[in-house]
Amino acid sequence: MQPERLAALRPSWAQALPRGIAPFAAGLALAFTLQLVIVPLVGDFWARLLMDIGINITLAVSLNMVNGYTGQFSIGHAAFMAVGGYVAGAVTYYGSYLWLDALGPTGRPVVSGAFLGAGDLTFVAAALVGGLAAAAAGFVVGLPSLRLRGDYLAIVTLGFGEIFRVVVQRTDDVKFVAAEVAQAGPLDLLTSVGGALGFGGIPTYTTVFWVWSVVAVVLVVATRLKFSSEGRAFLSVRENEVAAEAMGVDTTRYKVKAFVLAAFFAGLAGALFAHESGTTLNPRELGFQKSFDVVIMVVLGGMGSISGAVLAAILLTLLPELLRSFADWRMVAYAALLIGMMLARPQGLFGLREVWELGRSRRRAP
Amino acid sequence: MTRLLQTLLDGVAVGSLYALIALGYTMVYGILQFINFAHSDIFMVGAWAAFIVARAAGYADVGAEAPVYGALTALLGAMALCATLGFIIERFAYRPLRGAARLNVLITAIGVSLLIENLGQKDFLFGTQPQKMPQLLPDLELFTLFDVRFGLVDLTVIGVAFALMAALQWLVFQTKLGRAMRAVSHNIPVASLMGIDVDRVISFTFVLGSTLAAAAGFLFVMKYPGALKQPADSTWILLGLKCFVAAVVGGIGNLRGAVLGGLLIGCIEMFGAAYLSPHLRDVYVFALLILVLLFKPSGLLGRATVEKV
Repeated sequence: MQPERLAALRPSWAQALPRGIAPFAAGLALAFTLQLVIVPLVGDFWARLLMDIGINITLAVSLNMVNGYTGQFSIGHAAFMAVGGYVAGAVTYYGSYLWLDALGPTGRPVVSGAFLGAGDLTFVAAALVGGLAAAAAGFVVGLPSLRLRGDYLAIVTLGFGEIFRVVVQRTDDVKFVAAEVAQAGPLDLLTSVGGALGFGGIPTYTTVFWVWSVVAVVLVVATRLKFSSEGRAFLSVRENEVAAEAMGVDTTRYKVKAFVLAAFFAGLAGALFAHESGTTLNPRELGFQKSFDVVIMVVLGGMGSISGAVLAAILLTLLPELLRSFADWRMVAYAALLIGMMLARPQGLFGLREVWELGRSRRRAP
Repeated sequence: MTRLLQTLLDGVAVGSLYALIALGYTMVYGILQFINFAHSDIFMVGAWAAFIVARAAGYADVGAEAPVYGALTALLGAMALCATLGFIIERFAYRPLRGAARLNVLITAIGVSLLIENLGQKDFLFGTQPQKMPQLLPDLELFTLFDVRFGLVDLTVIGVAFALMAALQWLVFQTKLGRAMRAVSHNIPVASLMGIDVDRVISFTFVLGSTLAAAAGFLFVMKYPGALKQPADSTWILLGLKCFVAAVVGGIGNLRGAVLGGLLIGCIEMFGAAYLSPHLRDVYVFALLILVLLFKPSGLLGRATVEKV
């Protein structure tokens, strides 16, 4: 088609802008309602569970971009979560000393300001910084390994997680004397995140509203991506890399793109996790086990299915809560589930399809 | 000089263990083109089995007084158990997926790995407590060179590892079964046309790899008696990962490459720990992996000279 005719078909800014913003606005409104109406109704325990579900949805949907859309296999997703969590946590924790001046009676950082006050804005900025740091880590890890086949990626992501764990364990204790914090340089503060003991005392800014806002964003981004021409390029990498390359898809570039995007959202999820009440960021907790949890969510829901990942994330967050007495057997059951799933229904519950596409006949590959 | 030689000795001892495990990864990858994630768990089971056998036979109390055949019993017990385990895994988890997408096989392997780890955590198996391996071999000093102590344990580790590797080399390159293995690794359909029972050969490959991993597990706890961590501890996976890195560095699918890669990784780790920083051992290994993947993705011994198994 002629370029000028293409340009004529393209919607004008006045049309495109509301269409672009509407889903995000709807998502934010929904998150706000959730916070204002549902949370007072259900109480603290369920509010906490609601936050955990939201964080897991963010993780599963973002990992789905790598494992589902492009068919690569990353099993180090928790490491990106950890990068985001540590960076964002360090920013708000030390930010409370340095520019928020938000110290409680014991001299430790506390939540400052009202909703959308200075404290909340710092938290949002910190989460974005954490996400960007995770995305940068994703780029560094992805670039060399994505030139090779999927299972090397699995090894490298796993290895990256381990290296990150070792490095974090070598960091210094958390500083809590205001005078010390004021004297230390930024690099010094960033490396004082508790080492093997964990990073506790981060002010608890995470609320249901923030978690579900991020969920809204990740869902909109994931859906838009999947049903766009950009997303078809991702999917083509998954279906047949050689054919995709022959059709002019720069496969390495799309793989790295997916990887960086997924890492960014994992970093956001980590930031949310770090600012939940009672969290002590621990390099061990955000290791293999957490990564495998997320992988299981994606595999269970169906590789490439957004709604599948969401449902699996909800299910696998609620199940351990409901089956507390079987906590010891949880991982055994997960493992058996994973094997059984691969033997009986390798494409996961929904495969590539979404919940609303279930009724339709399966699209056949030509 | 003392330090250099000591580091070299440690590097070769650890490296030969890595090589034994890397052989299992490389054999499976050579035939089925997938990473057997459960291999590190077979290694773990081997180490624990050696401990259980030793304890059941009452050696825990005897200490250095244990009879010489004690070590041999533990070794053979671990090998037999792991061979069975490897056979079962291949038969019931991997064989039904023959011909399925590689990603599915990989996920299954991870599932098997998680299953073994978390079942191993149960009290009726290994439990959640780290244990200390009884000393089966006397702590003899054989000779001293440049003030470096060449102990019986170190030399046993290296000796047993190299004996097993030589046996494998003989098996793969000199026997009929070995020829069948090589044929299957080259081309499965053609091999089956030549009258080779492919399923049996693959089964045998898993059994062989698992046996070597069990031996490595036994040697590992002999050398590091305090390192018998709980089954789901990440040290096991990490060790397995390093061995896979060794296989990749040497050229995956290549037996000699796996041995070379194992020794190289062991030495790099030990020299890095001794001369740079002891806390960043894992970092050196993965840095090497990334370098190799960037500059020579087919590994040191490359594809051109590959003799896949």
